[in-house]
Amino acid sequence: MTSVMVSLRGVDKVFPRRKGASTVALEGIDLEIRAGDFVSLLGPSGCGKSTLLRIVGDLLEPTAGTVTVNGKSPSRARHDRDYGMVFQQATLLEWRRVLGNVALPLEVTGMAEPQRSERAREMLKLVELVEFADHYPWQLSGGMQQRVAIARALTLEPSLLLMDEPFGALDEMTRERMQMELMRIWQETQTTVLFVTHSIPEAVFLSTQVVVMTPRPGRVAGIVDIDLPQPRVFETREETKYFDKLVEVREVLRAEEE
Amino acid sequence: MNRLLRRYLAPALVFVAVLAVWEFFVRAFGIQGFLLPPPSEVVRTVSAEWPVVWPAGLFTLREALGGLFGGSIAAIAVAFAVSRWSTIRVGVQPLAVAAGSAPIIALAPITNQWFGITNPVSKMAVVAVMVFFPVMINMVRGLTDVGGAKVELMNSLAAPDFATLWKVRLPNSLPYLLSALRVAVALSLIGAVVTEYFGGSRAALGVYISQQAGLTRMAEAWAGIVVATLLGAGLQLLVMGAERVLIPWHPSRRLTPA
Repeated sequence: MTSVMVSLRGVDKVFPRRKGASTVALEGIDLEIRAGDFVSLLGPSGCGKSTLLRIVGDLLEPTAGTVTVNGKSPSRARHDRDYGMVFQQATLLEWRRVLGNVALPLEVTGMAEPQRSERAREMLKLVELVEFADHYPWQLSGGMQQRVAIARALTLEPSLLLMDEPFGALDEMTRERMQMELMRIWQETQTTVLFVTHSIPEAVFLSTQVVVMTPRPGRVAGIVDIDLPQPRVFETREETKYFDKLVEVREVLRAEEE
Repeated sequence: MNRLLRRYLAPALVFVAVLAVWEFFVRAFGIQGFLLPPPSEVVRTVSAEWPVVWPAGLFTLREALGGLFGGSIAAIAVAFAVSRWSTIRVGVQPLAVAAGSAPIIALAPITNQWFGITNPVSKMAVVAVMVFFPVMINMVRGLTDVGGAKVELMNSLAAPDFATLWKVRLPNSLPYLLSALRVAVALSLIGAVVTEYFGGSRAALGVYISQQAGLTRMAEAWAGIVVATLLGAGLQLLVMGAERVLIPWHPSRRLTPA
């Protein structure tokens, strides 16, 4: 029996605006994420997928509803360092070298040297960037910077990795390579991943489950299980079943538009 | 080699050319020495007057540095408070902008009365007020213009406020602070020398310059200006050296384009 990592019940998020008006970003979200799964939140811009990710990660508070992570409140989970976050921009500290950036979470939790650098170096090995440990972020390509950000997010061995369109700023070729890389890391670390994207092929290729969302107000339109064989490899994208799943996800999106 | 030539030889040539035109102009039109001495005479006077002019320069430098340190430290302290509590910012910011555009040097006769004309503190006070505003305004900007993503990153790590201050806001503010200091070192010499024009110790550079000019001993006055310029250039070099040490990661210091 698999355990539940994230559970959302009746979650609403309303952003107040000027003159008493308000924007309903999310309405009545019910969702369960199993431990070990790779779940994508997919939808057009404005569907509240990033907002939902931030509510799970305790960077935003829901207006209504309940959220539990590992059976705890999101705030408790955040203070227990259950999360790793990866943003659309790598968000590296430009005054730190690559190793120092990866070690940042370990510094915050008070791990001493030399364990700290050792651990950071291990994480760089995981993303295959060990030889760039002494480089500054600006000396790295966009894809490499994002891999550093992933290494940083994984240093504290989080049970839940939250990724907000992490490959959105990369070119298509780099993006596909990063997807393969992420699949390998996910297999190795066994972390649960919550992944925000607006790319249907990306969501289908990576996920065990795709949560399709629609805007105004942000709601869950449907959930598609992606039971493609693991591990996902280059050839996965050429399988008939992969195309079937693309079609299935598209139809959930289209059904909502009508 | 070519780059070195361009970097050092070209400015040196321009400098020599300006002096040559000046020398030629003075000689060709027979301009009298009490109006504008030729550079060759200024150089002779600098070396003849060195035993008087150099100690006077150091005396004034001490006043400039005293005011620079006092004003900058106060400015940094206020900047911390202003960036921490937005209520203070709302109150202080407009005042700082207004005061920053006031001709603070106009305070000179007043501080000379307050602290005594021969007391170096009367000059330091003007300098401190002059450097306070640019340093404070830039420092506040450096501490607050961090970018939401970096703050979110630290929040996701449940980092305490002082960790965000120490690891993100403070390093982020260094380029802002150093560029303010470049302006401030120039201001500090202006403040000290000009306040001395209104009266000061006989050992001071500004007093020397204004007395010599009053006696139409223009070569001596110019020699004083040459010393003031050397001191200003020296201070600039110090700030540039500090940049090299403190912000080697900054775009302005990168040797190759990113």
